[in-house]
Formats: sequence, structure tokens, C-alpha cells
Amino acid sequence: MTTQNPEGSTTAAQSITLAMPAARPSNASGTPEIKVKVRDLEVYYGTRRAVRDVNMDIAARSVTAFIGPSGCGKSTILRCFDRMNDLIPSARVRGSVLLDGEDLYGPGVQPVEVRRRVGLVFQRPNPFPMSIYENVAYGPRRQGVADRARLDEIVEQSLRRSALWDEVKDDLRKKSGLSLSGGQQQRLCIARTMAVDPEVILMDEPCSALDPIATQRIEELIEELAATFTIVIVTHNMQQASRVSQTTALFWVDPDRTGHLVEMGPTQQLFTAPRERITEDYVSGRFG
Amino acid sequence: MRRVILADRIATGTLWAIGILVVAILGAIILHFVLAALGTFSLSFLFGNPSDTTVGGIGPILWNSLYILVLTMLITVPLGIAGGIYMAEYAGTGRLTDAIRLSQELISSVPSIVVGLFGLALFVNATHWSFTALGGALTLTVFNLPLMSRLTEQALRAVPTEERNGSLALGCTKWQTIQHVVLPLAIPGIVTGIILTAGRIFGEAAALLFTAGLSTPSAYNFANFNLTDARSPWSPFHPATTLSVYIWKLNSEGLGDFVRQIADTSSAVLVVLVLVFNLGARGLGRVLQRHLTSA
Repeated sequence: MTTQNPEGSTTAAQSITLAMPAARPSNASGTPEIKVKVRDLEVYYGTRRAVRDVNMDIAARSVTAFIGPSGCGKSTILRCFDRMNDLIPSARVRGSVLLDGEDLYGPGVQPVEVRRRVGLVFQRPNPFPMSIYENVAYGPRRQGVADRARLDEIVEQSLRRSALWDEVKDDLRKKSGLSLSGGQQQRLCIARTMAVDPEVILMDEPCSALDPIATQRIEELIEELAATFTIVIVTHNMQQASRVSQTTALFWVDPDRTGHLVEMGPTQQLFTAPRERITEDYVSGRFG
Repeated sequence: MRRVILADRIATGTLWAIGILVVAILGAIILHFVLAALGTFSLSFLFGNPSDTTVGGIGPILWNSLYILVLTMLITVPLGIAGGIYMAEYAGTGRLTDAIRLSQELISSVPSIVVGLFGLALFVNATHWSFTALGGALTLTVFNLPLMSRLTEQALRAVPTEERNGSLALGCTKWQTIQHVVLPLAIPGIVTGIILTAGRIFGEAAALLFTAGLSTPSAYNFANFNLTDARSPWSPFHPATTLSVYIWKLNSEGLGDFVRQIADTSSAVLVVLVLVFNLGARGLGRVLQRHLTSA
């Protein structure tokens, strides 16, 4: 009755290639193309400053990892990139986040438009209580895609890219998204995000609710997706950051609970030759 | 440790007993009236006209009940759902919305006889409509609309934030999210609201006595589609005694040899009507939910 869950079929060879991603040439000229520029970003919840003075450049078509202890503001900053912070009534943002040079917090910018260009994958898989097909077709349908053949194509392509197609292709319309395993649900959520064709995909601790094998599948997927999308991932897991990302940013939290950026650089360098003492202590496991 | 296990058994047993009691009460009510109705019930009772000399029928009264039900639901359900959406999704919190919520709860708990007197003053006398189905429906709306709105609001609030955010993160607007994620998920709660309000419409006598009237039509001419004619069964301006009001009237002032049988059989019809409506509404809700979440 239930289909065999093939998440356990990953070979050892694949996991070895995962462990140390090759440095990715950014573009022809060798200088990385910058997708997101953050300038003097500050986030307030009510009168409390949650994040201060964040300046960073995020390279296009690569994986950037945000690491740091709880409360350091890494998720808060991530959610500035698609204006999901707007949903929290007390949240206010100062400074600017530039996507291809356009300020996401500029006058007249609609959060809805921003979220079409910047997708978000949540910590806990949150598929809609609909069929697998409808989960993926949801976004395109809302954007006015009504043609059946076109929708079929988007659904298949998105599920293939999220490496879920082979597992679900026989009961796309029969099975609910909620009937899948946790790892499959998260890949469904990634497919759902890709179906609206964003430029940037944000992931907020996407594996923290998953077992190690499901985690490995998602990490492989992130690697592949970085060829097309700009990916920013928040993670508690330093090994995960070192496995999947080309760039890592470490955030820290002041005693007054304000988060800030400590250091950002190529992942390998940040883990092996950090500039800051805090970074060295954190990545070597002396904290947290 | 043994005491804990014992306490667990007692708690489980008590809850079971309460559950069985509830089912037993329902069963007893249905059984009582079905048995009482056995000798009297027939199709001619259901659809025939009332009579002073024989058992007769309840056709016109049954019609009135359904007419007032549909009329009230047509007003209550769309407005109630719209109000619930506003209160749950847009109103936010503040003194005004707190006052609205308090008013909703107060109005739904005002004794219906009082609401009936209010309806008499407003929808019967002030409008010069006299006793009408519309006046009855509007009076029922007075206490059903707040209930419908409140229950819809609660059903919408129960939809998890994760589901809403999932839709918003895909670049969908708030209204798209409400339409395609929140409302479909809230349908079971909304259906419960519809059933509860409908139950009050079926069961209400006090509020309708002074508004929809007590006069029992001896026959209806269903070929009369003149909506302004108070004799037309289709007109919202016809006086409309409902089953509950009719049962009350039979029991309080009924004269004649067959009053007991007519009252019992009418009660059986009412109980079955309510059951059919409840099951129907739930079934419809399921179909609607499946339809909304797959297209």
C-alpha cells in the first residue's frame, strides 16, 4: 500500500562529494555577481533593537549560510530578504536590502511582489492539506496560470528538480501532501517554492525537523539548486554550513540581545582561518 | 502507582459513561417521537392541509419552516461569514473590536422572547408589514448573525499560521490566502456554525410568535407566484407559522380530538428534519472542502 521510501538509497560516494563542495566560479570575469546587497540593516521589535549594522553582499547562484547562536538575529535578517517580517506588526526595518540593485524596502515596493522573486522554505515542512499536485500548482495558479498542460509541466519540472518526482509521480492527485514523510514534505515545499520561479530561495533551518538521511537528501538538493538559484540558508548545524555553502556568515548576539554580523567569508576560510576570535571559538566548538 | 492507574480508569469510565448518556438521550428522544408518530404519520400528513375535524396534515406549516429557514440562512450565512472574516483577518485588536465581540456574545444570549418583542416593534409594527415570513427571518437574524459571525471567526483563527505563511511566502496576497487556504481549512468550523444557527431556526418558537405569526393557513396555492401577495406561499410577506410554533400552539391552546397525535407526529417530523439537515450540511461541507482544496 505505501510506497517504499527511497531516502535511504543515497550512496556513500555521493555523501563524500557533498562533504567538500568545490569552489564555484561565479561568472566569466571571475568576480562574483552580487544578488543581494544589505546596507546598514537594523531591525526593531517594538522599541527593542533585534539586529544592528548588518552590511553584506550575497553572491548570485551560490549557497550562503547564516550561522550563529540562538537569538543572534540570523532568521530575522533572512526574513528581511522576502519581507516576511512585515507580517509581525511590531517589526520595523531600517537600512536597505537591494535585490539586483533595487531596494526591497523602497517606497512603493509591494511585499507580495518581493515574495514572488524571493521564496522561503520554512523550518517545519508546511505543505497545504491538498494533493501533492495542488501543493505545487498552488503558486502558479494564484499567479493566473490556468492552462492544464502548462500546470502539468510546471508541477512535473518542479518535482523533478526537488528530486521528489520518482517517489510521488504515481499518486500526484491521489495523495495528500501531508501523507508524505517529513523529508518528502520538505522537498515538496521546495518544489512548491520553485514552481513560482523565484530568483532567490531562503531556507530557515530547513533540516532541523528531519532525520539525518532526509537531511542528506535536502543538502544534495541545495547543492544542485545553487546552479540556478541564489540560496541563503540559516542553520544551527556548522557541519551543514561547511557541507553545503560557499560563503558563511557568522552572527553574534550582544549582552543586550542585539544581533550583529561578526564575520563573513568563503566557507572554507571561515572554518579554517577565521579573522575573528569569536568565530574561531564558535566554529571550534568552544561555544554552543 | 496503582492509584494513578485507578484514577485513569475512573476518568476513562466516567467520560465513556457521559458519552453513552448523550447518545442515549438523543436515541430516547428520537425513539419516543417516532413511536408516537407511528400510527399517525403518512405522506398525506406530511403534505396535507390542517383540519379541525380529522388528523389532517402539516403541509403548509412544513413549507413555512423550510421557507423561513432558507430565508434566514440566505441573510445570515453570507453576512455572518463576511463578518467573521473581517473580525478574524482584518479587524485586529482594539477597543472597538473588543466591544463588537462582547456585543456579539451578548446578543446571542439575550432571551429569544425579548428579541421577539423587539422584532414585533420593528419588523411588524414599524414597517406595517404585519406578521410575515420576512419579519420572522429578520428577527431570527438578530441573534443568529452574531453567532454565525463569531463561530466563523473562531474557525478562521484556528487555521495554523504555518499554512497562511506558506501561501504568503509564495507571493500570494492576503485575500488569495484567505480564499484558497484559510477558508477551505475553516469549512468544518463554519459548517458547525451553520448547523447551530439552523438548529435555532428550526427550534425557535418564542421569537417567531410575534413576528411570523400564529395563524395557520388551511391551504396554499403554489401556483400563485405574486411575491407581494400575502396569500402566496412564495411571498416573503405571507404569515408563516413554523413547526415549532405550531407544536407550541397545539399544546397550549389546541382543541380537538387529534391534538396529541398531531403534536407528537409534528415533533417527530421536526426531529428528523433537523437530523437530515445536520447530516446534509456536514456532507456538503466535505464536498465543498474537497472541491476548494483541489481547484
